[in-house]
Amino acid sequence: MEENLLLDAIERYRNGQMDKHEKIFFEELKSNNPEIDEVVAEHAFFLAELERMSEQKQLRHNLNEIENKLINEGVISGSKAKGKAKIVYLWNRYRRTIAVAAAIACLVSLSTATIISKYSENKKVAVITPLVDHKLNQFEYKLNEIEHKLNDAATTTHPSSKPKFEANFRATGFLVDGKGYLITNAHVVQNAKNLVVENKKGDQFYAEQIYSNSVTDLAILKIIDTSFTKVSDLPYTFTKSGAELAEPIFTLGYPREEVVYGEGYLSAKSGYYGDTTSYQISISVNPGNSGGPVIDKNGEVIGIISSKETNADGVVFAIKSKNIYSALKEIKKDKDITIKTPTTNSLKGLDRVKQIKKLEDFVYKVKGN
Amino acid sequence: MKTIEQETFLLKGLAANDTEAIETIYRDNFSAIKSYIIKNNGYTDDALDVFQEAMIVLFEKVKSGSFTLSCQLQTYLYSICRRLWLKKLQKQNRFNPSVETIEEIVPVEDDLEFHEKKNNDFLFMESALAKIGEPCKSLLEAFYLEKKTMPEIAEAFGYTNADNAKTQKYKCLVRLKKIFFAQYKNKD
Repeated sequence: MEENLLLDAIERYRNGQMDKHEKIFFEELKSNNPEIDEVVAEHAFFLAELERMSEQKQLRHNLNEIENKLINEGVISGSKAKGKAKIVYLWNRYRRTIAVAAAIACLVSLSTATIISKYSENKKVAVITPLVDHKLNQFEYKLNEIEHKLNDAATTTHPSSKPKFEANFRATGFLVDGKGYLITNAHVVQNAKNLVVENKKGDQFYAEQIYSNSVTDLAILKIIDTSFTKVSDLPYTFTKSGAELAEPIFTLGYPREEVVYGEGYLSAKSGYYGDTTSYQISISVNPGNSGGPVIDKNGEVIGIISSKETNADGVVFAIKSKNIYSALKEIKKDKDITIKTPTTNSLKGLDRVKQIKKLEDFVYKVKGN
Repeated sequence: MKTIEQETFLLKGLAANDTEAIETIYRDNFSAIKSYIIKNNGYTDDALDVFQEAMIVLFEKVKSGSFTLSCQLQTYLYSICRRLWLKKLQKQNRFNPSVETIEEIVPVEDDLEFHEKKNNDFLFMESALAKIGEPCKSLLEAFYLEKKTMPEIAEAFGYTNADNAKTQKYKCLVRLKKIFFAQYKNKD
């Protein structure tokens, strides 16, 4: 018996499509031939798996529809509530907490105000510095130029037609979507007329900012150069949930012309003066590190480096990556551009050296004038 | 609070993928699960994910015929969701929940282990289907999942007659089985 006939027979047998005689014949055949019996068992198992998959797909489909229906009806109030509904929801959820917090805040601010006005004569004012390197000097230009000339000479494929670009600041950015969307800080790009991003290999691309929010200090750039080809497989993901105190973290950035690695830990869950949209981290960073990713040991981006406190040691602030999602939502709403964050993380479980190897291609130098 | 009869009826509905029954289960149970997850560092989206997974566990359990409700449906769902969420937290290396409620729970470890194993097999099938490529994938899905007949398939895919479609289906099936069983046998 040929195999396709056999498989066909098995399927008809399973579905009860055989008549009586055929069924008896088939059952006899099965019991007399252990080989055929094995094929039957195997195929039956396979078909059961396929059916299970189809059933589960249908169920999931149905579950999703019901969820959407209930969300629309307001039975499940949740993330999908927008605008007023969301505010009402948050208010209902937190009003007691807010009341208590407000009362405490009132008391504390009143008492501190009295104490400060009475006793403080020479108070220290903390200053935060954005970490953009404005000190690109003549020497570095020269070095850059020579480097690029060498590069151009070495690889003929390099577009040597790139106009000379004299940058007056340098910071860091990294890809959020392989289509050429990068994240950096708003303060990095706020006064820039021209923007160029450069990857580890030294390829430079013109970019423009499509979003910038000085409150969250996030900016999104889009590479507009035609020589940029889409990259896939961004190795990191962006976490929505919060990170924990003392979690080890690391970053890559461009405080120098060359990419620099730094590691540290999360030291507080809020930023400058209790700003809950950012973290305080302890890591050694320098001007130029602004806009670099802050990544935990599993390869999840938990934040973006933004600034450090000038007259304190090792106090660096990073914007929580949750803010990225809201930025992307705003872009979708205002400009109808859909930016997809990566969904799979290929850094998990690797040792640090390998993680960095995978990562460094996606962290860019951001320059401008 | 529902009677055992009512709950058994709901479960039968779930096994038949009946929208009304599923909706009732959501209405009765989701808010408790959501409040548990939000209290433990989660968001509504997490609650929706976990609840959906729990519904699938329940669905498979009822389908397999080995399930009799030995406690309130709510207690069972709560226990499953709690376990699933703890696992998820552990995977993310987050700390254990700060809030443990005094809600009654029943042991569900075995059920979840069964579910996880089944889920893995499921992944083999999905990846095998993804690997065989088109038109094989659509052809097999049309026949085995959408239960279309051979003449319908022949017309939809542009084969001259049902026999041609059948031969093609057979070739695809053999390839799919080969990939599926290769992965399946390699897993141990």
